[in-house]
Amino acid sequence: MDTEFERILQHYPNAKRDSLIPILQEIQEEVGYLSEEAVVEVGKHLALPTSKIYGVATFYNQFRFEAPGKYHIQLCRGTACHVLGSSNVLIELQKHLKIKAGQSTKDGMFSIEVVACIGACGLAPVININGEFHAKVTQQSIKEIVESYRNKV
Amino acid sequence: MKVDKKYLVENVLANNSGTFTNEIKNQLAYLRKDIVDKPIIFIGAGTCGLGAGAGKTKEVVKQYLNEHKIDAEIIDVGCIGFCSVEPIMDVKLPGKERISFQKVTSDKVIDILNSTFAGDVPKNDTMCAFRQEGEQKWNDIPYIDEHPFFAHQKRIVLQNCGITNPTSLEEYIARGGYKTFLDTLKNRTSIDVCEIIDKSGIRGRGGGGFPTGKKWKIANAATSDQKYFICNADEGDPGAFMDRAVIEGEPHRLLEGLAIAAFAIGATKAYVYIRAEYPLAIERLVKAIEQATEWGFLGDNINNSGYNLKINIKKGAGAFVCGEETALIQSIEGKRGMPRPRPPFPAASGLFGKPTIINNVETLANISDIMKFGAEWFSSFGTATSKGTKVFALSGKIVNTGLVEIPMGTSIRDIIFKIGGGIPNNKKFKSVQVGGPSGGCITEVNLDVLVDYESLINVGAMMGSGGMVVMDEDTCMVDIAKFFMDFIQRESCGKCIPCREGTSRMLEILESIVKRPQNIKGNETLERFKGVMRLQELSQVIKETSLCGLGQTAPNPVLSTLRWFRDEYEEHIFDRKCRAGVCLDLRTFYIDVEKCTGCMVCAKKCPTEAIIGSKKTPHFIVPDKCIGCGNCFDVCKFDAILIQ
Repeated sequence: MDTEFERILQHYPNAKRDSLIPILQEIQEEVGYLSEEAVVEVGKHLALPTSKIYGVATFYNQFRFEAPGKYHIQLCRGTACHVLGSSNVLIELQKHLKIKAGQSTKDGMFSIEVVACIGACGLAPVININGEFHAKVTQQSIKEIVESYRNKV
Repeated sequence: MKVDKKYLVENVLANNSGTFTNEIKNQLAYLRKDIVDKPIIFIGAGTCGLGAGAGKTKEVVKQYLNEHKIDAEIIDVGCIGFCSVEPIMDVKLPGKERISFQKVTSDKVIDILNSTFAGDVPKNDTMCAFRQEGEQKWNDIPYIDEHPFFAHQKRIVLQNCGITNPTSLEEYIARGGYKTFLDTLKNRTSIDVCEIIDKSGIRGRGGGGFPTGKKWKIANAATSDQKYFICNADEGDPGAFMDRAVIEGEPHRLLEGLAIAAFAIGATKAYVYIRAEYPLAIERLVKAIEQATEWGFLGDNINNSGYNLKINIKKGAGAFVCGEETALIQSIEGKRGMPRPRPPFPAASGLFGKPTIINNVETLANISDIMKFGAEWFSSFGTATSKGTKVFALSGKIVNTGLVEIPMGTSIRDIIFKIGGGIPNNKKFKSVQVGGPSGGCITEVNLDVLVDYESLINVGAMMGSGGMVVMDEDTCMVDIAKFFMDFIQRESCGKCIPCREGTSRMLEILESIVKRPQNIKGNETLERFKGVMRLQELSQVIKETSLCGLGQTAPNPVLSTLRWFRDEYEEHIFDRKCRAGVCLDLRTFYIDVEKCTGCMVCAKKCPTEAIIGSKKTPHFIVPDKCIGCGNCFDVCKFDAILIQ
C-alpha cells in the first residue's frame, strides 16, 4: 500500500495546500477510500497536521473512510428522483441488501451511497452502479438490477 | 483540398472580410456535417442518453453497419435536452436532410435503419428533421422548429448541444467558434468587453442574478499582479443539469466564453470548478482544453496578442455550499468550503487573496454570442430587468422532461403546458418548484407569471440555477418541504448557528408532523404543536441571521409551501392524514373483508399484534395498535390489505 501512496504523491511534487483535495481524490479513485495511513502520508507530504486533513476530508461528501463494495451503488436523491419515488427505492434497496446507506455488505459485494444529484433528472429515479446508469428504477426493478450484478462473474 | 488547421486559421479565423468564398462555405458545411459523402449516424451520448441505453443502441448500429457492409461514420454527440425521448439517434444520408429519431432503444435500431436507408422513415419513431439548405427534404416530417417541444424555445446556450460533435474543435470553428475570441483579443480592450457585457444586461445565471458586466468592471479596475477567473460548474442544485449538458454537448462554447471573460478582467489563470459526479463532462472538458491549447487559443501569447491564459480544472468534492463564491474559493485553496463574510468581495480579494471573478457555466456560455452579435441583439430578448434567455431543467411529473431554453418573459404556464406537454396520466397539476432548495413553489394561481428575476421572487420562488420540478396531485407538499430541509440541513456547512441548528430543528418539526401518532411517547404531542407554531418564526430568524445565501434562503421551501399549502399542513397536523398518500407513516391500513381468506399470515407477521381474527374468517386491523409498518401489505397474497 505504501508504494501506492508514494506513487500518487509523486504526481504532486512541491505541493501546497491547494493540492490537498486533488490528492485525496486521486487516492480515493485508486484505492477506493481514505485509510488512516493515507491521511497520515498525505499529511507528511504536505506538512499539514492530520487533523486538518481529516477536517477537510470529512467536510466533503465525496470522501469515504471505509472500503466500498465490489459494486458501489450510488442512488440519486435529487428533487426529480424524490418526486418520482426514490425514497421508496432506497428503503427497498436497504431492505434487500440488509445494509444502510453508507455501509457495505458483509461479503463486500455491494455498498450504497446516497448522492445529491447525478444530473440525469429526465430519467428519474436513477441509480449508478460502478459507472453504469440505470434509469426509471422502481421498487420492483431495483432487486432485479442488484441481482444481475451479483450473478456477474 | 484537405481542411486542416492551417486552412481553417488562414481562411476562417484570420478572415476579416465577413464573407466567405463558396469554396470555403462548402468546406465548412462539410465540417458541420451539413453536407456529407457517406452516411453519418449520430448518437445522443450524454450522461442521460447513456443512462437511457444509448450505449446498447450504438453497439447495434455498429453491428448493423458491419453486417450490411455500409461505409458510415458513427459520432457521439451530447444531449439535445429532450430527455424523455432518449435514446436519440440522428441519421444524415448524403443529399438528404439530417433526421432525428426518438426512443431508439437497441431493439428498434434495425427497423429504423432498414427503412431509412431504403428512403422511407417510420413516422412514429421520428422526432424531427433539420433544415439544411440544398439537401433533399424528408416527406411529412416536421422540422425541429415545428416540434412542440422546441418550437417555443429560443436556444442560444444550447443551440448546438446534441447536434455538434463535442470532441471536434474543427467543427466548433466551422460553426463560427473561437473567431469571436480572437477578434476580441485583436480589436478590443478589456474595458470595452466589460462595457458590452454590461450593456447587454446579462445577469448571473447561477442564482444570484448579479449583473455580470458590473462585476467584471470591478475586477477590471482592480490592480494586481495576478487575477483569477473561476467558472462555477459545481451544479449542486438537485434537479438542475443544464451546465452538465453544455459541457458535455459543446465544451468549446464554455471555454471561449471563459477566455473572453478572463481577458475582460485581465486574468491570466482560470479555473473550472466542476462536480466530480460529472465524469463525462470532465473528460470532455479536459479534451477540449487540450485541443484549444494545441491550437493556440489558450496558453502563452495567444494569437500574438501578448495575452496569456491557462485554464485548470478543479474537481469539486460534493458540497452544495461550494456554489457560494467565497466557499468555492476556500475549496480551491484546499480548505473546508465555508463561506466568509463579504466585503471584501472576491472581485477585490478572492482566490489566494487576489481579485477573482466567479461566473456560472450558463452565463459564460452566452458571452461569445453577445460579443459576436452585440449587446443590442442580446437585450432584444427578455423583459425590462432580465435580458436574454434562461435554461430550465424541466423534470418531475411532466410529459416532456428535459432542458428548455426560453426567452425571459415566457410564462411558466407556457413552459409547462406548451413545451412540457402538461401532466402525464391525466393527473391534475399541483405546483412547480422553481429554484431548487433555495426557491419556492408556484401554484395554479400564479402560473401566468412571466419568467424574470424579480417577478419570480414576487411570487415566492426564485430563478436559482433553473431547476423546475413539476408536481401533481400525488405529490405531498409537506414531504417536499421535508425533503429540501433534509438536504439543506445536511449541506449546511456549520459555521452559523442559525443555519446549522435552525435547519435541524425545522427538519425535526417537519418529521414530527409526518410521524405516526401511535409511535409518539410522553408529551411529544405537545412539543409537536409547539414546534409547528414556531416553524414560521424559526424560518424568519434563519433568513435574517445567516451569513451566506444557503442559510438566507434555506427556509424558502417551507415558507413557500406554508403559504400556498397551509391546508395540507393542517391536514397532516390535525387529521393525521396525507392526502397524496406519500407520507408512509400516516397511511392507514384496513382489510377488504371480501378478499380476505383468513389465512392468518398477516396476523403472524404483525409486530404489534394489531391484526385480529380467527382462521378462515376475515381479519380486522385495530387502528390504535397499528404502527403502519406495511408488513401485512407486503405479505398478503390476496391483495386484501388496502391503504388509505
